[in-house]
Amino acid sequence: MATEQPDVDGAGAPVGRRVVLGLLGLGALGIVGGARLQDALGTALAPIETRDPTGLVGLLPLGNTFRYYSVTGGVDEQDAGDYRLAVSGLVGQPGRHTLADLRAMPQTELARDFQCVTGWRVPDVPWAGVQLGHLLDLAAPAPAATAVRLTSFDGAYTESLTLAQARRPDVLVALRMLDAPVTHDHGGPVRLYVAPMYGYKSLKWLSGIELTDEVVPGYWEERGYAVDGWVGSSNGRDDDPTG
Amino acid sequence: MTRPADAPTEPELQRFGRPARWVHGLVGVLMLICLLTAAVLYNSSLQVLIGHRRVVELVHVWCGFALPVPLVLGLASAGYRAELRRLDRFSPADWRWLRSRSRRDGQIPVGKYNAGQKLNGSLSAGAIGVLLMTGVVMLATDLAPLGWRTGATLVHDWAALAVGLLVLGHLSFALRDPVALRSLRTGTVPRRWAEAEHSAWAAEVGRARDGRDA
Repeated sequence: MATEQPDVDGAGAPVGRRVVLGLLGLGALGIVGGARLQDALGTALAPIETRDPTGLVGLLPLGNTFRYYSVTGGVDEQDAGDYRLAVSGLVGQPGRHTLADLRAMPQTELARDFQCVTGWRVPDVPWAGVQLGHLLDLAAPAPAATAVRLTSFDGAYTESLTLAQARRPDVLVALRMLDAPVTHDHGGPVRLYVAPMYGYKSLKWLSGIELTDEVVPGYWEERGYAVDGWVGSSNGRDDDPTG
Repeated sequence: MTRPADAPTEPELQRFGRPARWVHGLVGVLMLICLLTAAVLYNSSLQVLIGHRRVVELVHVWCGFALPVPLVLGLASAGYRAELRRLDRFSPADWRWLRSRSRRDGQIPVGKYNAGQKLNGSLSAGAIGVLLMTGVVMLATDLAPLGWRTGATLVHDWAALAVGLLVLGHLSFALRDPVALRSLRTGTVPRRWAEAEHSAWAAEVGRARDGRDA
């Protein structure tokens, strides 16, 4: 060979392999130790992210802010005039409430954390609305009724609560959230807020309350989530309770 | 129109074998699907626009599991293994190339892959491994402790963001070089392009051909 080739391909240090192994090692370290880092990042940035008007902070994978989840395509908006909440099933007094009806009922306010089963948690969210128990009292459930099935006007999502769970004072048919009417993306004009349970129990775009003689598992519950979704003692998680 | 038989055609060099092209194409498509579905799952505005969270999640998870399959199946091909060997090894010239500001002027001999391509290859491979590992932990709700799942989610999110940027960079280089793009379909490049972009490799192919012809 006439010419000298000091830099032939396939010679030199196996840097590629080291990069791959190094990244895998860092990834494994992150799995074991990342929770602590996540807590610090989330706590520090949650207040900024929740109130960031530009939404840019939300592009970063930081955690503690609301994420909008929907299981269907676009959900048609319902304005204050069109909205109806039907109460049906095993009741003596079926109801069809307008938004004005709901606003005229006794309002309950509470500020609680919103905990998603996927990990994010929004601290101290102000909620206001009618206790679900109040609507049940108005409907006079039949003796056979033991559970509530909730439906959404997105046409697909459902949820369920036992009657005892539904009568808790911290289970609201929420009209306000974050000191304003519940926005469409957050499930407005009317959504459920089940304070002591994971976010998937707090059905968005609430349109129907049906009294049933047994618990009918909801949308995510048919896909593996716990029916009794208590924060901190279900779904294999140990978050601080929100109830 | 027929091409005159005696028209001087530019000599073409064989650059990528069929296995390497297929692996690259399949991994590329799966990676794009993973990144697009990830964006929908992650970004609230896109989620409001697209919705269908369950379907998007299933597509993301299964494309994610499928992503390493072509990379592994490719190992059956000797040609593909040879490409991996070239991508793996960094010569002293590669380090000079990375540090140089005038790296494209041809002064530093570049082999079949320049140091940037090598870095992209190893970063992509490592990141795919990390995303697979953390993705499995995130799904193992019954097996992995919660703290691990939280850590895995953090790593998965940030690694995905980094990979998204890496892929954007990769695509922007690729789209600026039509010859390189075409070579991923046809497998060949004009000799003149090879001499300009990968001089050491062009010389190597030339020597191999001379050796055969002699």
